[in-house]
Amino acid sequence: MNAFPILLIAAAAAAAPLPARTIEVAPGADAQERLQEALIEAQPGDTVRLAAGRFALTDGLSLDVDRVTVHGAGPAATVLSFKGQQGAGEGLLVTADDVVLRDFAVEDTKGDGIKSKGADRIVLHNLRVEWTGGPSETNGAYGVYPVSSTDVLVDAVVVRGASDAGIYVGQSRNIVVRNSLAEYNVAGIEIENSYHADVHNNVTRHNAGGILVFDLPNLPQMGGHSVRIFANEVVDNDTPNFAPKGNIVASVPTGTGVMVMANRNVHIFGNRLENNGTANVMLVGYRERFDDAGYNPLIRDVVVRDNRHGRAGFAPAFPGGDQLAAAMGGTLPPVFWDGTGERVIVRDPVPALSLGLPRPTAPLSEAQPAPARFPAGAVPAEPPAVRLPAGMDAAVR
Amino acid sequence: MTRTLALVLAWALLASAAPPGVDDALILGESLPARLSEFRFFVNGRPNARVMPYRLNTPLFSDHAEKARYLYVPRGKSARYTAAGQLDFPVGTALIKSFGYPGADAGPIETRVLLKRAAGWVALPYVWTGADAELKRGGKRLPVAFTDPGGTPRAISYAVPNTNQCKECHQKAGALVPIGPTAANLNDGRQLAALVVAGLLDRAPADAPRLPRWDDPGAPLEARAEAYLDVNCGHCHARDGIASNSGLYLAFDERDPVARGRLKRPVAAGRGSGGLDFAIVPGAPERSILLHRMATTEPGVAMPELGRTLVHEEGVALIRDYIKAMPAG
Repeated sequence: MNAFPILLIAAAAAAAPLPARTIEVAPGADAQERLQEALIEAQPGDTVRLAAGRFALTDGLSLDVDRVTVHGAGPAATVLSFKGQQGAGEGLLVTADDVVLRDFAVEDTKGDGIKSKGADRIVLHNLRVEWTGGPSETNGAYGVYPVSSTDVLVDAVVVRGASDAGIYVGQSRNIVVRNSLAEYNVAGIEIENSYHADVHNNVTRHNAGGILVFDLPNLPQMGGHSVRIFANEVVDNDTPNFAPKGNIVASVPTGTGVMVMANRNVHIFGNRLENNGTANVMLVGYRERFDDAGYNPLIRDVVVRDNRHGRAGFAPAFPGGDQLAAAMGGTLPPVFWDGTGERVIVRDPVPALSLGLPRPTAPLSEAQPAPARFPAGAVPAEPPAVRLPAGMDAAVR
Repeated sequence: MTRTLALVLAWALLASAAPPGVDDALILGESLPARLSEFRFFVNGRPNARVMPYRLNTPLFSDHAEKARYLYVPRGKSARYTAAGQLDFPVGTALIKSFGYPGADAGPIETRVLLKRAAGWVALPYVWTGADAELKRGGKRLPVAFTDPGGTPRAISYAVPNTNQCKECHQKAGALVPIGPTAANLNDGRQLAALVVAGLLDRAPADAPRLPRWDDPGAPLEARAEAYLDVNCGHCHARDGIASNSGLYLAFDERDPVARGRLKRPVAAGRGSGGLDFAIVPGAPERSILLHRMATTEPGVAMPELGRTLVHEEGVALIRDYIKAMPAG
């Protein structure tokens, strides 16, 4: 008689979600196994709290549980050091949804720093990813690397020394990158093959290139579009390009501010652009040969307006740049365009150069450099602001 | 009363005659058994009833480790034959794989178990200590010394994968799946039929596909190389694998030449590119990123990212010949 109500209570208890737990992990012996086991044993809703100190890790770490927060004691205090890494392609790999990573640092990974793949609604907040030996071709490619994801928030992240892009978001949609610092990387921030991105209030300095918006062929997601780059400081990008050849960023001339390649509906406005030796703004099509009928190599509906320009074009770092600058009186104008694409409109009150190429792949010998002229009248409509699910913003407050 | 006693006696007699089989309840349950012996896959070191060893035509290279593979399918059930992809295993199936080195002082180093539960596959790595193996979900590194098939002594830091790393390779569209036991990779002319006789597989059609052996000198070079790439790369480099964003797809049946790497530029290779422009340059292995990443042991550059600390010289030679023989243009 009594068994029935007890069974009911048991069933109710089993159905109720477990209370969120906090799993504490401190540096010290066996940090690799202890931390990895914590990341495996965490249940949805749990927090893995990393104590202050230096975790000496020997292998990549990974998290594959939804709704887990990994929370350190601050990007100066909690350091995951991968100096002794013996395997894996990145420091920390996230493959689950609704994950928050905050308040710790990742140093000296052999490959990428923090990668998230297919991790929807990921929040990366107050992190530092750094290669402590400074810029080097042997550094890992990306600092923070969300890819193939929907809803991505990168907020208050610092990346130094990446041999590709410090902050790289690829093949994703609904992206916000803000309040972050990227310096001494090949590219500061890169949005690639992605839809709907707002990149704002960041500082990108002392990279080879500050902020890149690219689209590449032969990938599952192509046709990058709807990107707003605004209220950023893109200054002093003067670190010689140290990317390993073969990667697309190796072709970014040192001293490039904001560069758009093969994208649609990209608006660049209200930024401070200064001291970029090749150009403050570079607008080009995809120059390489490709075999992909679904790929569009042109820039379309690109608008550049209301940016504050300082000195630029005084050290053009592409083949023939010196002669071109000499022919133009010593420096190149702050805005550089290959002359291809559709509805490319620059409204900034500074000179712009067009190479006048007939198509993006044309050899530079076919260039007819001249001051660029842009059509008057209305500009293409700006993409709407990116709206992320409410919980993501709450996670960083 | 007497009847109950008789039943108990009968059960005891039966139990002493036939040792208990594999613990089905443990496979189907939700627990994560701390010791491998709890499953009873092996009795006195020999496979239990319905635990059947199998081989693959082309295996994954894992630092020359020898692997002993076993399939368990519960009584009353069998796997369903499918020509493409994994066999369709019933709930309650277990795949058991032990890793070790010949000549190394004692038995296997680790045993990996894949269990098919009602909610899907679960991967559990067990590390041997003495007569049993313990669950190590966080993985482990162990120093291992052995002599490779070429006669070279090797000392490596052997990495037992953690359960997340198991899934990095063993996944399709985010769900954990087996990799090895496809009809094609099991089909050596006899093995599928033997599984049917043992009651573990429902049928073995005569026209079942057959993946070439990577080291079969009688098979065409291209087929051997593409089988090798399928097994060593194609689980991640698949349209629904973890490396889907790379655009490089190496499954045996992938026919898009650019997706297979031909004059394909790297996307996120970073220093993995080695200063080279394309995954594969037909006729020019020395200019092909794919070969470069197979021929190094440097973390962050080496491919596969997991499961290898040595270069598989024989595999590199095969892929070198394959790229060399590719017609340009």
